[in-house]
Amino acid sequence: MSETIATGKPELALREQFYTTEQQREATTLGMWVFLASEVMFFGGLFLAYTVYRSGHAIAFDQASRDMSVILGGMNTAVLITSSFTMALAVHAAQRGHTRALGWFLLATILIGLVFLGIKFTEYLQHYWEHKAPGLDFQTNLTDPGAVEMFFVFYFLMTMLHAVHMIIGIGLLTVLLLRTGLLTLGRDYHSPVVITGLYWHFVDIVWVFLFAIFYLPGLHLR
Amino acid sequence: MLQTVEAPVSHNYLNEHQGIRSWLLTTDHKRVGLLFVASITGFFFIGSIFALIMRLQLLSPDGLLVSAETYNKMFSMHGITMVWFFLIPSIPNTLGNFLIPMMIGAKDVAFPRLNLLSWYLFMLGGIVALFAMLRGGVDSGWTFYTPLSTTYSTTYVTAAALGVFISGFGSIITGMNFITTIHRMRAPGLTWFRLPIFIWSMYATSLILVLATPILAITLLMIAVERVAQIGIFDPALGGDPILFQHMFWFYSHPAVYIMVLPGMGVISELVPAFSRKPLFGYKAVAFASLGIAVVGFLVWGHHMFVAGQSLYSGLVFSFLSYLVAIPSAIKVFNWTATLYKGSIAWDTPLIYAVGFIGLFTIGGMTGLFLAAIGLDVHVTDTYFVIAHFHYIMVGGTVLAYLGGLHYWWPKITGRLYPEGLAKISALTIFLGFNLTFFPQFVLGYLGMPRRYAAYPPEFQILNVFSTAGASILGVGYILPLVYLTWAWKYGKPAGANPWRATGLEWKTPSPPPVHNFEEVPVVTNRAYDYEAMKEELHLV
Repeated sequence: MSETIATGKPELALREQFYTTEQQREATTLGMWVFLASEVMFFGGLFLAYTVYRSGHAIAFDQASRDMSVILGGMNTAVLITSSFTMALAVHAAQRGHTRALGWFLLATILIGLVFLGIKFTEYLQHYWEHKAPGLDFQTNLTDPGAVEMFFVFYFLMTMLHAVHMIIGIGLLTVLLLRTGLLTLGRDYHSPVVITGLYWHFVDIVWVFLFAIFYLPGLHLR
Repeated sequence: MLQTVEAPVSHNYLNEHQGIRSWLLTTDHKRVGLLFVASITGFFFIGSIFALIMRLQLLSPDGLLVSAETYNKMFSMHGITMVWFFLIPSIPNTLGNFLIPMMIGAKDVAFPRLNLLSWYLFMLGGIVALFAMLRGGVDSGWTFYTPLSTTYSTTYVTAAALGVFISGFGSIITGMNFITTIHRMRAPGLTWFRLPIFIWSMYATSLILVLATPILAITLLMIAVERVAQIGIFDPALGGDPILFQHMFWFYSHPAVYIMVLPGMGVISELVPAFSRKPLFGYKAVAFASLGIAVVGFLVWGHHMFVAGQSLYSGLVFSFLSYLVAIPSAIKVFNWTATLYKGSIAWDTPLIYAVGFIGLFTIGGMTGLFLAAIGLDVHVTDTYFVIAHFHYIMVGGTVLAYLGGLHYWWPKITGRLYPEGLAKISALTIFLGFNLTFFPQFVLGYLGMPRRYAAYPPEFQILNVFSTAGASILGVGYILPLVYLTWAWKYGKPAGANPWRATGLEWKTPSPPPVHNFEEVPVVTNRAYDYEAMKEELHLV
């Protein structure tokens, strides 16, 4: 194997506020977990509002959900779980100092993330053509149009917020990819890969819930 | 108690790097703290101008100064400025930033660059909110209640909400930074139960910042989306629920009260032992009371909605849980008092503020119990009683603690002493002015004067005149420290490392401290406030 074994220059990576690399590693990981707790509350507010309105308009929400493409949503779920797998492999490679493998896995994660955004964008276009975009000539022939529109308000708000998180994640991965090329990441310094991985997995998990609450409620009506 | 020593050491965090660039790009937690001091002082005086216009308007029953529409904007902008651009960052981002790494023996916070980013987010949010105010103002009240804020208001609600939204991310980053710093950056030997109570308070505050602020952010985002895209999220006409907005808003905004007052309690827990020369009575009880307030504080938001149409049963539960908050709060008040008991008390300015805090916080807290009682709340809801109550907590509590802390640590921050006599006079002025402003408002509210009105029946005039007179005295009391603390920065007498002969790591390093706080890593062997063990050392100085 011609894998490069890079150490990632820990002495350069140690920031001046820390005494040891161990302390720095623990601090960055804890910081990311605390940030993710905050993110749970951020999305949680929207999940709460969705739940309140769905409990008030259960039938309308189920009917509205029939217009969602379970095929595209299901594909996107599979795509995103695959990206989590390549992200986990990237973290694994970083911890072992396999720089070349790290680079390839980061690139794969970025590309799969872009595929997700592409499919998502296609779906948005379809909704727009079918007059399902709230505020932009929304039309429906279902019995409770207000609640149906509300369903799509939350669908767009939550999936777009999720997409923004994906775009930020892809940006972070791109920075990591560049740093891998510069050999500043490796076996002895891989915190940035680990914490970006935590973030990426979090964003994936949010999608799993979004898929369940927007694509599946209408399944029994098909 | 004060003594003078030789001039400040040559190399410190203030003079090691010079120029405006070195401040705007600094990652030093002490300088970031001072950037916040300057910014929130600016916002405080902007917010005060709005209050001044309101108090002048209310001098006469007909309200001749401004129109009713303008008055609506004045109280809205006073609230928005004071809550989000002064009170929320007041102690955490100034004294917290300056002191947390010093008190735990660290070189800096865990994420210094994010710390600076937090200031930039705060400023960006503040400028966006200021833009909204200058372009024509906001009249939705600081609470942004729907459907007024979403459907009916024609003012700059979206921009104001956006400003608060942006500065919220600064809060989240600060909370995350502090939690990580307190967990991972403590000096050798500094166990959790040797930490100063200020650190416990900041930890509890940070938990709220991290877990409650995102809910505010998402709620304001929904308001903005509803206004911009003309879609009804909270609009009843489209199946939305305006009460849901109130639930989500208060889920943040009640804990936010504890973001404001917990750091104040932390400051008081430092001041009282230092000026009674005794360890804090019941250290562990006070430490856990901070966490208790943070946790229970998340479960009481419904007491803002007793008359908003929530069920009687949820009202009862929220009422009971609100009473529970009194327990940890009372633990603190009794323990501060017990610390003073038989102490060797020195009546320096910080202690005057601390004692003022204890008294006014007690009044604010007790009237909070009145409001937590559903029957009484129905009578005084949306009256000046509520206004008086929360100003006793936020001004009588937080502002007094902030000023007390600023005086106590000013010698550490600047290396120089402030003029003690003038400081005592202004502390007493603030105490008198505050009570004259807000105590009549309890009476006004109990008699039935509603909040947020530009005019009132003539029989309320005398109490309103008292209140406006008090506000003028309070204004003088605020300007004095601004003047003499700025003066002392340049011309005060040199303070020396430990002018108060207090315990705590921050006093073991020169004033002003060097860039990395300590010459060598401090090792902690004593509990906090160990004035017994330090007797020898402290009396020798």
